Amino acid sequence: MGPLAAIGAGLAVIGAGLGIGKIGGSAMEGIARQPEATSKIQTAMIIAAALVEGVALFAVVVSLLVAG
Amino acid sequence: MKTTLKSIVLLTALFASNVYLFAGGGDSKHENTEEGFDAVKVIMHHIADAHEFHILDYVDDQGVEHPVSLPLPVILYTDGNLDVFMSSEFDHGHADVVRGDRTYRLDHGHITELSGLHPLDLSITKNVFSMFLSMVIILLIFITVGRSYRKGNGVPSGLASFMEPLVLFVRDDIAIPNIGKKADRFLPYLLTVFFFIWINNLIGLVPFFPGSSNLTGNISFTITLAIITFLITNLNGNKDYWKHIFATPGVPVWLAPIMIPVELMGIFAKPIALLIRLFANITAGHIIILSLISLIFIFKTVMIAPVSVGFVLFMNVLELLVAALQAYIFTLLSALFIGMAVAEHEHH
Repeated sequence: MGPLAAIGAGLAVIGAGLGIGKIGGSAMEGIARQPEATSKIQTAMIIAAALVEGVALFAVVVSLLVAG
Repeated sequence: MKTTLKSIVLLTALFASNVYLFAGGGDSKHENTEEGFDAVKVIMHHIADAHEFHILDYVDDQGVEHPVSLPLPVILYTDGNLDVFMSSEFDHGHADVVRGDRTYRLDHGHITELSGLHPLDLSITKNVFSMFLSMVIILLIFITVGRSYRKGNGVPSGLASFMEPLVLFVRDDIAIPNIGKKADRFLPYLLTVFFFIWINNLIGLVPFFPGSSNLTGNISFTITLAIITFLITNLNGNKDYWKHIFATPGVPVWLAPIMIPVELMGIFAKPIALLIRLFANITAGHIIILSLISLIFIFKTVMIAPVSVGFVLFMNVLELLVAALQAYIFTLLSALFIGMAVAEHEHH
């Protein structure tokens, strides 16, 4: 089951990468349009990124359970 | 500039100590048997709970290994008998402990009874020890802060002027925007959860003795916190909250067989997501740091050490952010769930 778990973890990373990339990209655009709102945008960005990361980590937990 | 450089050197030294402790920590058994380095085993050993607090191993002149660890009390409740002894009696898993007609054996961190009884394990383990430590730290901080307010007639001084913005942050940026008028009632819980998780996360990041436990990355710990949030949310749920679950406004009656199970599932899904997020984030952080150090032992060369230590330093600093962020997210989502339960809806 080890290799399967590794593939699962890799797939989860693709999803999380896309999600966090999109959040980061949009935040950049937002900051470029309104530099004075930088700090607010950053906070919201970090929260959203942490939520996406949390979902990706669900997959990591499942992979760990399968591999272990 | 100078201070920045100094602090970077200091931090690197601190996290390089990770390597030293780690080298002593888990792989020594495998070195002797010429088995090669099993990174997964070592990492799992480091993130798991234990009955003793392993500090380091040293090898004496004859090449014999001596583990140095802090023994912790083992408390077992077996078949109506309470057995209490120090975990040093297990001699790191090499000896069995006999109490009356019960023989206990330590098997990979789990205590089993040889005649097939099932002991209830109430021991002070590494994680429990670490939790007591964080309680002492939190009490020291907040008793000091409370006293300084009493002395200075409400003007913060010293430590209090550092803690006040944090407390205000939890109140003004987490509790009030999400809960509204009733925020003050739930503020004590939110503050406790925030500081408890944060300080435990930070203790977990300290690479040597009193720290290094993986408490917030322990699923029982996060389950307990999530259950408390779950109870607070549902016990304080008002009429509107339950009405939205059992008779969602604006939804035809014939949809109820679908809507009610979905809404009921939602009640449980929220705390489950909460507990897995904290557990997985902190465990993943520990695993990444340990894996990066494992690289040195996998490649069996010191040349990789600067790379490893550099990455570990980076990850550790990132984990400092994650430690605060996860405490924030847990508190924020708890506040959000409580807010949903107590909100007064405007009826259209």
